[in-house]
Amino acid sequence: MIKTLTTTVPAALIALGLAAAAHADIKIGASISATGPAAFLGDPEAKTLEMLVKELNAKGGINGEKVELVLYDDGGDANKARTFATRLIEDDEVNAIIGGTTTGASMSILAVAEDAEIPFISLAGAIDIIQPVKPYTFKTPHTDRMACQKIFEDMKKQGIAKVGLISGTDGFGASMHAQCKDVVGEYGIEIVADETYDPKDADMTAQLTKIKNAAGIQAVLNPGFGQGPSIVTRNYKQLAIDLPLYQSHGVASDGFIELAGKDAAEGVRLPGTALLVADLLADGDAQKSVVAAYKAAYEAKYKMPVSTFGGYAHDGFALMVEAITKAGSSEPEAIRDALEGITGLAGTTGVYAMSAEDHLGLDLSAFRMLEIKDGGWTIVE
Amino acid sequence: MRLSSKHLTLIIMAALIVAAPFFFPSGYYFRVGALIFVNALAVTGIVILTGYAGQISLGHAGFAGIGGYACALAPVHWGLPPALAVVLGAAVSAALAYLVGRPILRLKGYYLGVASLGFGILVAMVLNNERELTKGPDGIEVADLGLRGLLKDWGLNLSNGEFWYAFTGLCLVIGAWIALNLFNSPSGRALRALHGSEIAAGTVGIDVARVKLQAFVISAVYASVAGSLTALQNKFVTPDIAGFMHSVEMVTMAVLGGVGSVPGAILGAGILTLLPQVLTVFAEYEQLILGLVMMLVMIFLREGLVPSILRKIRGRGE
Repeated sequence: MIKTLTTTVPAALIALGLAAAAHADIKIGASISATGPAAFLGDPEAKTLEMLVKELNAKGGINGEKVELVLYDDGGDANKARTFATRLIEDDEVNAIIGGTTTGASMSILAVAEDAEIPFISLAGAIDIIQPVKPYTFKTPHTDRMACQKIFEDMKKQGIAKVGLISGTDGFGASMHAQCKDVVGEYGIEIVADETYDPKDADMTAQLTKIKNAAGIQAVLNPGFGQGPSIVTRNYKQLAIDLPLYQSHGVASDGFIELAGKDAAEGVRLPGTALLVADLLADGDAQKSVVAAYKAAYEAKYKMPVSTFGGYAHDGFALMVEAITKAGSSEPEAIRDALEGITGLAGTTGVYAMSAEDHLGLDLSAFRMLEIKDGGWTIVE
Repeated sequence: MRLSSKHLTLIIMAALIVAAPFFFPSGYYFRVGALIFVNALAVTGIVILTGYAGQISLGHAGFAGIGGYACALAPVHWGLPPALAVVLGAAVSAALAYLVGRPILRLKGYYLGVASLGFGILVAMVLNNERELTKGPDGIEVADLGLRGLLKDWGLNLSNGEFWYAFTGLCLVIGAWIALNLFNSPSGRALRALHGSEIAAGTVGIDVARVKLQAFVISAVYASVAGSLTALQNKFVTPDIAGFMHSVEMVTMAVLGGVGSVPGAILGAGILTLLPQVLTVFAEYEQLILGLVMMLVMIFLREGLVPSILRKIRGRGE
């Protein structure tokens, strides 16, 4: 006890002196799954945040204050994410939090953030994070429900009325599968086959054969991410199924084309973000300059292609910076209010328009329907 | 009157739990403390199974999963208060441990390790795939225990972190007390006898299969209650709680601290819970450092930290 007193008292005095002398930094906390099963999502997110904070501080910070990033790796574990959220708020005393790569991690962090009234921007997909609206929780990735809607919209345009689903049983695949089944009726489309596969399966021909033989089937949709969709795409070609194949936004990356093979991936359609087709965007596109700048900076620094997921972190950080700038204060309450008032902010995922009822601020136009042609992407509109 | 080592252990434990908060610089440390206590409770169950009875389970996370999801599901589906859901989870875990253990524990050797491994993976699969019930891999929300609100009405206003620190600390002391009592009871002596030699234990009239089964069921209840406490504290639970890595983590904690000793279990849980928090700067090397620590302990302190250190101290005293 005496020992802590002798150390804390001078420390407290020094801290007081410093506070009076200089501006305190703005502290932004992040708990991200940079390792573990969700590392392919979290790693680009962590890299993006580190890069952007450095860039921002080099330009002088926000309103003359430097930004300090406190980054923890929760490994995709919800229990750890909760601990780190507690640590960020109670120990590091951050002004706001970005993170929660997986839905489980985000749900854990938001509980702590809401309790402590600290603004939190989630990087996970599920709609449950922002619905019902919680005062301090926002998110940047579009929901899987929107991906389903975008796909069904395109199918309807093509005159497709009967589809087969083949879904992964992982969190992403299962959640999107449920959402797609939920909205499919609104588009007058009927699901005539509904198969699943384990994300670790090495062959999906059995499921695809069953789907192929479903009566009246006109197209196939594959909600899933990781390697599963590549295998589905390859098996699809091997079985010579002559129906349009739709993939989800979960595989919207060049890695997917590589893994599935140029031949097999030919003609596959999926909803993706502007980031994937940065070079193809029209000159007048609101997102063009943002997307191009992020892509150039990231690829120059890390020597690897940008991913949609890093883009989520980019947008989360951009929203946070915009909110703090506008609020002219780094008080959590002020940041929250400013976040809710953001409209017309172009990010890599879409153009955000937040409101008291909508803490995501994206609509279907955020997605572009893409088609793979000759091993590259084209925009179908 | 001379205090027995059992009472001494319990008193030191309780004193540490009460004294530690005076040194906490922020509320975050209450959270870390609570995590340590919950892990230590689960590991105490491993001590009974592995340390006392010499059996290995690689599926104890399955029981933690059952305990955790009981607290998530029972209040919603059957309107059970969360406190009773903990009891329900423990009862289901005990029943399943009995069913799995009864045929397996008649056999000698490490069959329990294999059977429990399969059991743990099955539980994780059910939690992941039965989306209608468990909401799948994204996890499910858990109702509030309600005790903190009750204490508030009685004039004891604790923060969330403080409450869970105190509550899990109390649960750990009770768990350790039961385990230490068992050690000195006839059942405990029977367990230790069969750990030494199953044949010798059989010849002196110990029903080897029954005693092993008892140990397995008791340790399953420990894991289940620890799982419930994790879920209630986080108000959220994901199928990770039943994952294979969680099972391995429990065994590792027990082995590190000293698998035959309750204080060892607590120390092991403490070290392995703290390590990732201390090593956040080296997050990428965390596994490496963990592996190194385990190897060094296995080479130089084969019985685990606490028993080895105690032996050294006693050896010098005599």
